[in-house]
Amino acid sequence: MVASLRPKPGPSRSYRFPDFHDQVLPSGIRLVTAPVAKLPVVTVLVIVDAGSTNDPAGKEGAAALTAGTLLEGSERFDGAELAEKFEQLGTSVESGADWDSAFIKITALSAQLEEATKLLGEAISTPVFPEREVERAKSERLAEILQLETEPRGLADEKFSEFLYTQESRYSKPDEGSTESVSALSRKDVEEFFRSKYRAGSTTVIITGDISTNEARVLITHAFEKWALGSASARCLIAAARTTRKSIHIVDKPEASQSELRAGHVGLPRNHPDFFPTLVMNAVLGGLFGSRINLNLREAHGYTYGASSFYDWRRGPGPFVVSTAVQSEVTAPALREILLEIDRIRSERISDEELSLARDYLDGVFPIRYETTAAIASALATLVIYDLPADYYESYRKNIRSVSADAVLQAARSHLHPDELQTIVVGDARVIRDSVSELSAGDVHVHSS
Amino acid sequence: MGLHGGQFTTMRIPVETFHLDNGLFVTLSEDHTAPIVAVNLWYHVGSANEKAGRTGFAHLFEHMLFQGSAHVGSNEHFELIQRAGGTLNGSTWLERTNYFETVPSNELALALWLEADRMGELLPAMTQEKLDTQRDVVKNERRWSVDNQPYGTMLEKIQELVFPPTHPFQHSLIGSMEDLSAASLDDVAQFFATYYTPDNAVLSIAGDFDSIEARRLATEYFGPIPSGKARPSLPSMNLPPVFGTRLREVVPDNVSLPRLFMAFRSPVFGSEKYYAGSVAAAVLGMRRGSRLHRTLVRERQIAADAGAFTFDLAKGTDLLVVDVTARPETSATRLEDEVEREIDLIYREGVREPEVKRAIALIETDLVASLQSAGERADRLSMFATYFKRPELINEQADRYRSVTTQRVNDLISERFGEDNRASLLYVPKEGVESENILAAAVSAD
Repeated sequence: MVASLRPKPGPSRSYRFPDFHDQVLPSGIRLVTAPVAKLPVVTVLVIVDAGSTNDPAGKEGAAALTAGTLLEGSERFDGAELAEKFEQLGTSVESGADWDSAFIKITALSAQLEEATKLLGEAISTPVFPEREVERAKSERLAEILQLETEPRGLADEKFSEFLYTQESRYSKPDEGSTESVSALSRKDVEEFFRSKYRAGSTTVIITGDISTNEARVLITHAFEKWALGSASARCLIAAARTTRKSIHIVDKPEASQSELRAGHVGLPRNHPDFFPTLVMNAVLGGLFGSRINLNLREAHGYTYGASSFYDWRRGPGPFVVSTAVQSEVTAPALREILLEIDRIRSERISDEELSLARDYLDGVFPIRYETTAAIASALATLVIYDLPADYYESYRKNIRSVSADAVLQAARSHLHPDELQTIVVGDARVIRDSVSELSAGDVHVHSS
Repeated sequence: MGLHGGQFTTMRIPVETFHLDNGLFVTLSEDHTAPIVAVNLWYHVGSANEKAGRTGFAHLFEHMLFQGSAHVGSNEHFELIQRAGGTLNGSTWLERTNYFETVPSNELALALWLEADRMGELLPAMTQEKLDTQRDVVKNERRWSVDNQPYGTMLEKIQELVFPPTHPFQHSLIGSMEDLSAASLDDVAQFFATYYTPDNAVLSIAGDFDSIEARRLATEYFGPIPSGKARPSLPSMNLPPVFGTRLREVVPDNVSLPRLFMAFRSPVFGSEKYYAGSVAAAVLGMRRGSRLHRTLVRERQIAADAGAFTFDLAKGTDLLVVDVTARPETSATRLEDEVEREIDLIYREGVREPEVKRAIALIETDLVASLQSAGERADRLSMFATYFKRPELINEQADRYRSVTTQRVNDLISERFGEDNRASLLYVPKEGVESENILAAAVSAD
């Protein structure tokens, strides 16, 4: 009935990443604008070099707490008034910190943009960090940490980082801080962090959407006239592995119906020269639905709802991790399949079919990634944070297409380290301990949760 | 900037519609800003249509739709779309199942052909082995998203609590392990023949395409598929506007913090009153300026988080749900009392004009921002076409929200927020779960 012949693609239409303009304002603030006039909506994304890797030792969580309380009171308005004012304009401010930067973001209808941006500039230029709000934000973070104890996915991620990196590394501790470090933070820590890090020379404002570069320049110059001048000092990042001996850590959850499994090692920094071959290699290994690990664990064996692998790209070497949740009884066989897949991609060249699937996907999906003003702003933030070349998006597809099967094999051999693999399982130790011990994936350690 | 003053009323998504002879309803919405196109299919079947003893089947069936069809191999649907540079997925809800892909615009024919092949000729590709594997995958999905996840049973517990036993919305969407085990290839064949027919589906295409070409392709690929036979009709979904009594269930569970879901029976999705209900939910729980966030999280500091949402059910009645998580030092009893007190206050005194304005302003911005994505536009067109045969409703949403007055919100609140229309589902930490340290000692090989 239905035509049995598969349709061939038509001629492809060209696509360019939106043109953007990159300038430094007299104050030292960097302004990146991408006018896109599809719908009457604009995203303003402020990024400050004040991410969690800037946390002073023992004060882990300071960056997140600072970004999280920026909008909780200014010289003119308290936190409730600020929330009310933004939301009456149909927008609300998201703010937070990841490893590499702090961010403050609004998306507003064009008609409300000017007022919303002025309010944003004023609020974050003169934050007062009221004691009561700082303490409340701390309590909310502590509640979140408590929730993790019964949330296997988040717990597995956190334990994985803890067992992966040396204790001196900022990456070994939760980005928003631990119970200990957050409890010890004070309003003064937050204020000091803000004064030292939130400065013009460390700030980029990205504006995408229904606005011209000239309008944006006038608007930002005005809205950020009180922003502190100068630059923040650079930090020194440690990202060494805790051990290079492979090992298995079981975080015991008696009666758990599934095991949350993470296996990996310290990966690569974002600006590593092998970024593209490694990206394609990972797509074949575990990055796509049709990747080896997912097809093996999910479609061939039915062990899981899904399995994937990824490099967590950061300024420093973030983790490489294979992540899945499997029925408790098949934890060992599932882990064995993961180990086999890592060995296999290191030992022989991937097929032409696999190479073309990964390349065609990463190349073809490129325009689909930038449909919204928020997505375009986030892509521009990546350029700024990782100091990528201005033509990065222009040349992205060419760079993907030029990765060869040999380059993939080389990337797998250089950047996958099965001998150093750290495996974390959050699950029922009684059911899984004996069988995973037999895998020769390292010594087994059991921890109570 | 003042350059686009009052633009919202003029923002319209183009909408074209036509029917194929076999009953397939097609909606088209062109936009040539980027060379991408979204294809979206809604089948008007969900867990509500399941037979007794087959809970979870509609969703298991959705998995089977990725296992190949007459001219497509197992998992090849995924591979062909990803090879084309596209994204795809499917999802199952109480009253519909959808399948969607966004692809580079020169691959529109491929996406349509793949959808047509599985609508027309799924059964030749079905095997017992595939069914067995997908059953295991779905059981693992249940473990992952329901059983082994704090508060993961919320959806099925709410359904069970607020709908009468024989109501089609009463049973679990993901299904019980037992019913999943019982599903057979015969069930697959029967479900397919009954519900996966062109006259029970809507096809939407949004983005960069040529209207004449899209019509030609839709007709060529979907045209030959025969219409279905009469489908068993759902029993009456109508229910009184209120529960009529206090409903309450306490769930001791493996959770760290008490969390209360309080559900209210609310006006059916798409009705005039629905919009007042939707605005009421936003007044209560949308973002940090909302009533519950301000009072419970910011001022009284008894909650770690507070929100509210509607299920958007288009048959019978909808549900409005308030969702509040306690702070560690707040007991479950106190949490319930404080939320109750807040709802009592709103019930007695209503909400104020600025609260309603705030809610509508936020809803409008979200609406415009979401319509930037071709996939979202296609999905909403399919939704309005499936439920109301009127995809053009996509362009009326902003006006319908803006016409909601404080008076209408308060009328809704007086009608629906009384004690006879509250159902509380209260999660409390199960005693002793965390105190078991059976295997605390390290058993490393050294």
